[in-house]
Amino acid sequence: MDHPGQPKLTWRETRQRARRRPTLEFALLLAIPLIFLLLFYFYPLGEILRVSLLSQDAGGVRQLVARLLAPSSRRLIAFTLGQALLSTFLTLLAGLPGAYVLAKYDFPGRRILQALATVPFVLPTVVVAAALNAVLGPKSPLNHWLGTSFDLRYTFAAILIAHVFYNYAVVLRLVRGFWVTLDPRLEEAARTLGASPWRAFWHVTLPLLAPALLTATTLIFIFCFTSFGVVLILGGPRFATLEVAIYRQTIHFANLPLAAALSLVQILFTFGLTVVYTRLQRRVTRPLDLKPQWSTQRPVRKPREIILVVVNAVVMLGLLTYPLLVLVGRSFDEGLHYYRALFENPRHSIFYVPPLAAIGNSLHIALRTTALALVLGLLTALALYRGGVAWLFDTLFMLPLGTSAVTLGLGYLLAFDTPPLDLRGTPTLIVLAHTLVGLPFVVRGLLPALQAIRPSLREAAAVLGARRLAVFLEVDLPIVWRALAVGAVFAFTVSMGEFGATSMIARPEFPTIPIAIYRFLSRPGSLNYGQAMAMATILMAVCSAGFLAIERLRPPGTQPF
Amino acid sequence: MAFLSLEKIYKTYEGRALLDGVSLTVQAGEVVTLLGPSGSGKTTLLRIIAGLEPYESGCIRLEGQDIGHVPTHRRGIVLMFQDYALFPHRTVAENVAFGLRMQKLPRHRIQARVHEMLKLVGLEAFGDRSVVDLSGGEQQRVALARSLAPAPRLLLLDEPMGSLDRSLREHLVEELRGILRRVGVTAITVTHDQSEAFVLADRVALLHEGQIVQQGNPQDLYQHPGTPWVARFLGLTNLFPAQATADGSLDTPLGRFRLLDAGGAPSAGTRGQLLILPWGIQILTSRVDDHALPAQVTQCLFQGETERVVLLLNGVHLRITRQVGHQAPYQEGQRVWIHIDPSALRWFPASQGGDH
Repeated sequence: MDHPGQPKLTWRETRQRARRRPTLEFALLLAIPLIFLLLFYFYPLGEILRVSLLSQDAGGVRQLVARLLAPSSRRLIAFTLGQALLSTFLTLLAGLPGAYVLAKYDFPGRRILQALATVPFVLPTVVVAAALNAVLGPKSPLNHWLGTSFDLRYTFAAILIAHVFYNYAVVLRLVRGFWVTLDPRLEEAARTLGASPWRAFWHVTLPLLAPALLTATTLIFIFCFTSFGVVLILGGPRFATLEVAIYRQTIHFANLPLAAALSLVQILFTFGLTVVYTRLQRRVTRPLDLKPQWSTQRPVRKPREIILVVVNAVVMLGLLTYPLLVLVGRSFDEGLHYYRALFENPRHSIFYVPPLAAIGNSLHIALRTTALALVLGLLTALALYRGGVAWLFDTLFMLPLGTSAVTLGLGYLLAFDTPPLDLRGTPTLIVLAHTLVGLPFVVRGLLPALQAIRPSLREAAAVLGARRLAVFLEVDLPIVWRALAVGAVFAFTVSMGEFGATSMIARPEFPTIPIAIYRFLSRPGSLNYGQAMAMATILMAVCSAGFLAIERLRPPGTQPF
Repeated sequence: MAFLSLEKIYKTYEGRALLDGVSLTVQAGEVVTLLGPSGSGKTTLLRIIAGLEPYESGCIRLEGQDIGHVPTHRRGIVLMFQDYALFPHRTVAENVAFGLRMQKLPRHRIQARVHEMLKLVGLEAFGDRSVVDLSGGEQQRVALARSLAPAPRLLLLDEPMGSLDRSLREHLVEELRGILRRVGVTAITVTHDQSEAFVLADRVALLHEGQIVQQGNPQDLYQHPGTPWVARFLGLTNLFPAQATADGSLDTPLGRFRLLDAGGAPSAGTRGQLLILPWGIQILTSRVDDHALPAQVTQCLFQGETERVVLLLNGVHLRITRQVGHQAPYQEGQRVWIHIDPSALRWFPASQGGDH
């Protein structure tokens, strides 16, 4: 029986799609997002290239190479690579047992555990940094309980722990998500052929999991390689990744040629890795007979299994949920005092920006970002769909996601400092940067939603008397509204939490919530610390609510990330 | 003047003529069925009439007016899609109301019309249901109600039974026929199923390789297929090579036959094919007259209501479908006699072509 909700294409419809050619309408629709991309992505990147190579201070290729081969630069690149490799390895080590347990067993509370484990990944870096700051500092509950005063803040270990905390969800999402679809009978077949459980895993399951493992590894490596907020806040002055160095060279030393040169390394590296990632991702979708979850999971029965599940749950909650609870707890150390302080100006100083203003700024920017990202995203998705060139999306519109935020911020600083595009320090510049990061999320949800609408629905509306606009309003829009809403929430939460680009381009007197948290954390005193905790808790609540909304809204069977 | 007239519609797809100069007229209130195998271009023709598909040349007139450049939504021609294309985000009633809303009718009139339409298709109680939860048969009826609601000048139905289970079809095709007649709508339906075409249509047009090879009322078409291809497409399988003799009779592997139709006496030596319509073959267990031909049962396939008997006669096979009764089934290898009614013979001289 045919089901109207399902995008089952007849051969005729497939043929019609293949035949669709780019039209004038398509060109006009695509022009606006393309101009946006050209002006606010490629132009700033071009400026980085220009400043690092061609500007008066830069001094050409020879100087660029010299700058990058200087001992300090080499140490920087080596450290960035090394910490990324180590972080990736540790994340896999920590995440794989969890992925195994959650893939193999179904037990009460599994869904909640899975959702809790995903929360860190959707949180802004400053919130993660604040939470780990609270957990690793001398006043942590653990220290209190043990009567000790270990301080792991501003150490290499802190950076590694933060990266594991942050990326655990990537392992869980990708590897567990893939594992759970594997037919358990394959392993059972190996067992009946004489393989021990370990050999069955090694020779059957692991090779099948390999694509998902490779994808997770690459993705985590990219995230750790471009890590900014975590290293800046948790690593202290002793540690710097490329991102942190670009930020410091720009903000503290105004050494733009060096910052631009480091950005160039960053860009080349992340592009290379993104290419690897897309290649690998294509392999994940190789034809496998995927099984529904209920058919591959088994309930927990044996005592050994119960212990396994319980231990795993304790580890996961301890690693992933405990720091967030500590964050919330610390924010209430003095009752509501820290929260109340957010609304006051204790110093009565005109240079002091009250935290409330930061919240207002963030909301203002996030709302404008959401509106702009939705309009541009809708235009982009429609143009790519109507033009039948959806592949353009992966090659062009995903690029900003593969570019580090600080690099983007540097590009903006360099590009928009002269008329007619003198946007220095304006909220608009922040909105544009955030939109660039949020746009891929909007398009990524909308495009498949549009593609899933059967052409016959639009034709049915037409034969019943609907003109083109009416077809769009009556058929397309109501069907894709969920995807649109998901995109809106994405754009909003991404904007609320964005730290890297904002820290580069926001004027000191116009801080956003993440900037304000960073400032509070870097100032001494328990009131500043408490206010950082309170603000991070608020931001965490906003982003968790956004994440929940996305989970609720997204059409079943689609992955949000 | 014809209500709808198609004149030499020509359409190519990937260099091949999909519609090779199709001309067709439809009278007001008439139900015409385009019958043809898949790939014959019948759905494309419907889409061209609805304005959903471009075509290279030809002319479409509706009530005398050339509608070639009228956009789909202003043609007043509704197409009911094979997959029904019900809007999944709307209820049954909202689906039916869609065309009326597009006409910007006042709300109370829309409501009344929706109720009337749902009643017509027997789904009065379904207005608030989601279309996603409906069965195939119910979806078909909602699609029909939605198509009829705006009172289209012309209704096009693309394989209206195509998405339904076999068991549902027989019942629903009768119902569809009843509704179309009751409403009195002018309609063109498309199908590859001859029995569906025969039940629904006032007139059947057979489409083959982009051309209408024959049209007429169902009975005429069945009794007088124009070419061997038409015969075979209609499921008439008893076709045999034949050659005319000097005395005007036909030599076939089965024996020699004389055509009743005196006007069309074939000239000597002409080669062609001879068709025996199913009703003209009778199986006898004993030789009743000199015209009976001896044959042997090679297979007897029980199908339930009917059975198919395959007979071997002078080295050629003859297939007969007969009602299952209380009589014993034929045994394989059993010897029987065949009587062939000369009025059930149809002669296709080879020059007529169209055969493959």
